[in-house]
Amino acid sequence: MIRLDRVSKRYPGGHEALTELSLEIPRGSFTFITGHSGAGKSTLLKLIALLERPTRGQVLVDGCNIARLPRRRIPAHRRRIGMIFQDHRLLHDRTVFDNVALPLVIAGADPREIPRRVRAALDRVGLLGQERARPITLSSGEQQRVGIARAVVNRPDLLLADEPTGNLDPDLSREIMHLFERFHARGTTILIATHDLALVRELRHPVIRLQHGRLVERDAA
Amino acid sequence: MKHATGTGHGGRRLTPPLAWLHHHLHTLLDTLGRLSHTPLPTLMTCAVVGVALALPTVMLTLVHNLQRLGGAWQAGVGYTLFLDPGLPDDKAARLAERLRHWPELAAVRFLDRAAARRDFERLSGFHDALEALDENPFPPVILVTPADPDPAPERGEALRRRLAALPGVDLAQFDLQWVRRFRALMAILERGVWAVGCLLGLAVLFVVGNTIRLEIGNRREEIEVTRLIGATEGFVRRPFLYMGFWYGVVGGLLAGLLEEVLILWLAPPVAHLARLYGSDFRLQGMGPAALLALLATGAVLGWGGAWLAVGRHLRRSDPLA
Repeated sequence: MIRLDRVSKRYPGGHEALTELSLEIPRGSFTFITGHSGAGKSTLLKLIALLERPTRGQVLVDGCNIARLPRRRIPAHRRRIGMIFQDHRLLHDRTVFDNVALPLVIAGADPREIPRRVRAALDRVGLLGQERARPITLSSGEQQRVGIARAVVNRPDLLLADEPTGNLDPDLSREIMHLFERFHARGTTILIATHDLALVRELRHPVIRLQHGRLVERDAA
Repeated sequence: MKHATGTGHGGRRLTPPLAWLHHHLHTLLDTLGRLSHTPLPTLMTCAVVGVALALPTVMLTLVHNLQRLGGAWQAGVGYTLFLDPGLPDDKAARLAERLRHWPELAAVRFLDRAAARRDFERLSGFHDALEALDENPFPPVILVTPADPDPAPERGEALRRRLAALPGVDLAQFDLQWVRRFRALMAILERGVWAVGCLLGLAVLFVVGNTIRLEIGNRREEIEVTRLIGATEGFVRRPFLYMGFWYGVVGGLLAGLLEEVLILWLAPPVAHLARLYGSDFRLQGMGPAALLALLATGAVLGWGGAWLAVGRHLRRSDPLA
């Protein structure tokens, strides 16, 4: 589903986040990306979601080189991907419902269908009763689950998560990971950047280990 | 995950034009709701826009009133033919009769010597001075109105020459001259008002642009998040454009209100002055068509100002740009 071919990313100022990285992620897989801070985990996810463009190389998603995708087609590409962030990136002046509904509104979904789909997504992350709440009144774990509900409400084929458990204690982290496993069981391709090695070992999924922007280990679990 | 088609997965969508309309309508009302949450700053911006638009509107309305006045004067004004003082009244009357058959003249009015004197007495108030004279010093007069209310200068002058050359005519005077000068002056004034209007329109553009720029700053987070999850540029831009639109429309409405109040305030003394001149001239406010044009101008300027601010911001903040 995703193939990187000798991808490099150099930021203005000269820092090279990824160097000649090549890898492949099959459809329907559940893959962890690990490595120290600054190893290039976030950059890898950003390139796949086309939040950034590579300096060199090809990023193929379903055979399409998105590194060359024209600007006006970037939003459509991002809408096909569910993206989850460490800091949740929720809108705090809106209710949980409105936050989760946002991707549907952006995609121009039928407004009569939005409430049903938002509730379905909230139900899957176990937050059905919290529609009217403001994100700020929820715990960090709950906020992350709102972020996940927002990522899956459009039923994307691919979920990218950047340190989704970075701010959570071990129990909550495990809970969130089990949530991802449930989406994986329904056929969604999952790619999670994390440095929670204990959890990664426990869950036994394929691991891509990055160091200084290079692939150092590919563990098929 | 095919990139060739525009639609994503999952769920029904409205047909594109319907979804588009729904989204625009929703954003329009949502933006209005947002603005009403902060009534004071919103009203301040609208007031600035309103005052800036009111100034040229009021001036334009006054110029149009003066032009209407000039038009009223012009009707019935034409050439005055002073006949030879020695010409008997019956011959003068026959000359007037002949002129009535000229196709280039719309109206001919004959004043014999006595009537000319009465006219002068009535208009000038020099009754006592005229009483002191032994004989009537006034020649018979023919007033003619040209069929063409606003002839080209050279054609007007040619007609005057023809009238002056008629036997029995001592002097042919072109009364339209000063009305034409007045109208020329009004045309200059109107242009000046438009120039001032353009400058103030530019001011509206920048005021709205700056307000929207601040609003963009306040909503940076929201812009970033919506972009991350696949909002198009249009989607990000839209609420700000509608915000500018509302500033412009409400500002235009305020300008219309200010103009009406000013005209109402000025109307009684103007009517009084007009009565002193024996005229029933009344100051008129702008009509519904002008109000609509004013609102449209406000909307376009507000929209344009927002467009400037949003366009600049979006280009700068896009990491992929």
